[in-house]
Amino acid sequence: MSEKGTNRVKRGMAEMQKGGVIMDVVNAEQAKIAEAAGATAVMALERVPSDIRKEGGVARMADPRITEEVMKAVSIPVMAKARIGHITEARVLEAMGVDYIDESEVLTPADEEFHLLKNDYTVPFVCGCRNIGEAARRIGEGASMLRTKGEPGTGNIVEAVRHLRQVNGEVRKIVAMGEDELMTAARDLGASYEFLKEVKVLGRLPVVNFAAGGIATPADAALMMELGADGVFVGSGIFKSDQPERFARAIVEATAHYQDYELIAKLSKDLGPAMKGLEMATIGAADRMQERSW
Amino acid sequence: MKIGVLALQGAVREHVAAIQAGGAEAVVVKKAVQLAELDGLVLPGGESTTMRRLIDCAELLEPLRAFADAGKPVFGTCAGLVLLAKEIEGQEAAHLGVMDITVARNSFGRQVDSFEADLAIAGIDGPFPAVFIRAPHIVRAGEDVEVLCEYRGRIVLARSGPFLGCSFHPELTGDHRLMQLFLDMVENRELLPTTAHYSKI
Repeated sequence: MSEKGTNRVKRGMAEMQKGGVIMDVVNAEQAKIAEAAGATAVMALERVPSDIRKEGGVARMADPRITEEVMKAVSIPVMAKARIGHITEARVLEAMGVDYIDESEVLTPADEEFHLLKNDYTVPFVCGCRNIGEAARRIGEGASMLRTKGEPGTGNIVEAVRHLRQVNGEVRKIVAMGEDELMTAARDLGASYEFLKEVKVLGRLPVVNFAAGGIATPADAALMMELGADGVFVGSGIFKSDQPERFARAIVEATAHYQDYELIAKLSKDLGPAMKGLEMATIGAADRMQERSW
Repeated sequence: MKIGVLALQGAVREHVAAIQAGGAEAVVVKKAVQLAELDGLVLPGGESTTMRRLIDCAELLEPLRAFADAGKPVFGTCAGLVLLAKEIEGQEAAHLGVMDITVARNSFGRQVDSFEADLAIAGIDGPFPAVFIRAPHIVRAGEDVEVLCEYRGRIVLARSGPFLGCSFHPELTGDHRLMQLFLDMVENRELLPTTAHYSKI
């Protein structure tokens, strides 16, 4: 009769986020600012990626009090992060009724070998990817939404651009391939043959793919849309800027109207400093969050 | 026949495909000037608070109301239904406020409670597959509102003059019969009863 937690319901929820901005928040007050600015969802967490980077230590699921406070404060969907492979954190978030779980490389992985079997859950999951192989493996485990990883907490768009171009370039290659070439591509990419066949038929990934990891300005958000993202995650970029409310509103508008360059010029005017940001060469191998899942 | 899909945020691509499958031309609408050429408009699923903010930014509220007031058919799904409603439970102000219904947002629960179900819809033969995602429902329907489907005692699909609204997402399945029903409304719009609710507000 009626069925919960189906692929259609879990993937469909992400389809409804398209063209939207999902914002990291650490308390109810920020969540309300994000909602008023037009965010399509908020990601409740204890520290934004740039603070995790700065403070170091093990980053874990947020205190449930924070997540609950955010869930009470807004009517838009609330997402929350669990550590990679941390079955219990994910189950706890599901039990709390969060709307989407991010199995996230921004937190310190709990398992360096295995990701969560996301097909087992009623709550949908979003996962990071840098290429079509990672995308295929996460979808195979049951992710209902993807985000290209970028390099979180840097305010530097370069890795986000690299990963989105990589994924979408690979999708275009698969679509152009003959069917007899797909099995070899499957071997080389670490993606299942069935998955590549589906991509070829659809002409795109079977789930929504947002961009993440380094978006700091309205123009950054619009660039990711231009490159084919279905929407954007903005982590540290908003609440680490000088004027979070204005940044949030401007990024929402720039994402919706990403080819209206006069509008983006207007939105970017007098916004004040964006988050300071980091040059990639200054980040040591151990601090590259994008390397944390496979 | 030209049907627009309000493309500020949400499931635009799916509605465009459904419109094209019905043999009509689909127009992706981001600006008020585009409304003039349309015979009908779809307000897609997505987040209603986000869409409202972007409607205000693009100065689309009055043009959308005028479009509806002129008797041009409008089809709202999920967030689109919330945009159409005259009243929203627990909120002081409505959005377009053109359809004489009251809706309750997220009334089936959070995402873990989202579900699929087969519906019996008046005027459509056989079960209709429906996907409910953090869905609203119609808690009050005005006198001239025709209820086309109830699910577990809740109104999930209704029509009133040129307006058609549903709680669920017909755009997420390959079943285009509800879109066809809307396209038929657009085709025969001279025959639809006029309900200029907006001018009465």
